[in-house]
Amino acid sequence: MNSLISGKAWVFGDNIDTDLLAPGAYMKGSIAELAAHCLEAVDPHFASGVKPGDIMIAGEAFGIGSSREQAAQALVELGVAAIVAKSFARIFYRNALNLGLPVLFCPALADVAPGDHISVDLKQGLVTNHSRQQQFSCEAIPPQLMEILAAGGLMPHLKQRFAKKAE
Amino acid sequence: MTETLYRPQTLAQKIIARASQKDYVSPGELVTCQVDLVLMHDSSGPRRVKSRLEELGAKVFDPSKVVLVSDHFVPATDPESAEILALTRRWANEQQIGHFYDMQGICHVMLPQQGHLQPGMFLVGGDSHSPTGGAFGTFMVGIGATEMTGVLATGEIWIKVPETVRINWSGQLQPGCSAKDIMLFLCARLGMNNNYKVMEFGGETVAAMSMYERMVLCNMSAELGGKTGIIEADDTTLNWIRNTGKTPAEDALQWRTDSQAQYHSVHHFNACELAPQIAAPHSPENTKAVTEYDKVPIHQAYIGACTGAKLSDLHMAASILKGRKVATGTRLLIAPASLKTTEAAAKDGTLATLTEAGAILLPTGCGACAGMGAGAIANGENCLSSTSRNFKGRMGSPNSNVYLGSPYSVAAAAVTGVISDPRELLMETVL
Repeated sequence: MNSLISGKAWVFGDNIDTDLLAPGAYMKGSIAELAAHCLEAVDPHFASGVKPGDIMIAGEAFGIGSSREQAAQALVELGVAAIVAKSFARIFYRNALNLGLPVLFCPALADVAPGDHISVDLKQGLVTNHSRQQQFSCEAIPPQLMEILAAGGLMPHLKQRFAKKAE
Repeated sequence: MTETLYRPQTLAQKIIARASQKDYVSPGELVTCQVDLVLMHDSSGPRRVKSRLEELGAKVFDPSKVVLVSDHFVPATDPESAEILALTRRWANEQQIGHFYDMQGICHVMLPQQGHLQPGMFLVGGDSHSPTGGAFGTFMVGIGATEMTGVLATGEIWIKVPETVRINWSGQLQPGCSAKDIMLFLCARLGMNNNYKVMEFGGETVAAMSMYERMVLCNMSAELGGKTGIIEADDTTLNWIRNTGKTPAEDALQWRTDSQAQYHSVHHFNACELAPQIAAPHSPENTKAVTEYDKVPIHQAYIGACTGAKLSDLHMAASILKGRKVATGTRLLIAPASLKTTEAAAKDGTLATLTEAGAILLPTGCGACAGMGAGAIANGENCLSSTSRNFKGRMGSPNSNVYLGSPYSVAAAAVTGVISDPRELLMETVL
């Protein structure tokens, strides 16, 4: 996994919940189908407009609500490269890391506009807004969790562990 | 011999320390815990872990420690949901899952109802309302499906040791007020971002509550954004366990917070002063007293889900509905939380009171709360619901409005057609 990520910003407010990310009515279908409805209740252009490599910026409690992993999986499906938020709901945070999606707590983050050019340095815990020449330091991801992220998520991480056991 | 330094801990710390084979854990530390019991359901369970376990070449670490409940896509409404339920049954059989409850009730109610919980246990559940189990003095957190795969394959999980917020309630709740009103009030007062913290409830109001009501406190700790909710066990807890036919663990009452333990913060509230609370769309923290709402029309009154359809919830609704009729232009839907709930409500006459008032009975399951079963709401409609979440679009159209309230408040709206103070209807009943 690349620890330097840069892309275009999509900006959301506080309390983006799991029903907005993964609406219950589409939970029976495939992830691709569900992802097409991701966040449609707050931004109908997000799912069709987001490009692989784009970065999500949000306020407090991103991913609050259900434990449904599809909330994070829909964003992976759409190609979101990282999420930077003031805070995350704990189950969403774990789900994202487990799916290999980098998530950074950045309480100081301010003044990002949609479309700003953002880069994220996971190792240093730094977020740069190139469009405004601003830099914010974030809470570093703990080493144990960086290991999961570096493997590409919990599944590849577990595979390494089970392969070692089998040897 | 070296003397061990005594370091006081909260109940949550003590359980995590035990599960990670340590004497002491400090908040912020990452530890690996052995899981005592795993709860799964049909939506986030077998259909999402089966292929992943196969990919790893792993088996379930201990099938006797798994409780699997089909409660989300029940009963099936189309071939897709039928297939999810069929897969759940096949997997339970293949893996010889210790406890499989197929369409018997909602997982958070089945777990205590079937006597699976003992104070001091460390549990994970594949659902965000897993904190409900904390009402029995356990530490229980919700996780997602990939994480569940890891737990099933290894029997363990990493946990960041949380700080604990202590919430004390004193005084007696007014007639027409309940644990649900306490939690809606707390969502407004403490906000929904109490992330990574355990909400520990106590005080004389909590001590006087039934286990059903204590479950509501811990259940809606999820809406406070907490890691989980927890309540120290007492005789009420032990009696519940005995009534399920199980014997309480010998050390059950020893699982308590040490008197010198450090809390993140301590809050005190008085239950006597609390009015019934209603959350307006689209967030539980958007809560005000019922008296601040001016005749908001309610098209659908819903009593359901893990939060609001237990036997005690049906009793609350019946106390308002007795001798009254559902208003014209309003529909009242009730989905009891488990088959045993329905059975008990039938035996004690509650069910007849509800149906005589004009309630429509729905199948037991998570249903309309999660926008999955019958009871969806249309564009522009208002629903007052005894469930826990009113996020935009959760119960149907993105342009529908969900209000949250106690079963008393839902029943009061059902008979008046508008958001109403249930205390007034209870007074009329007495007169």
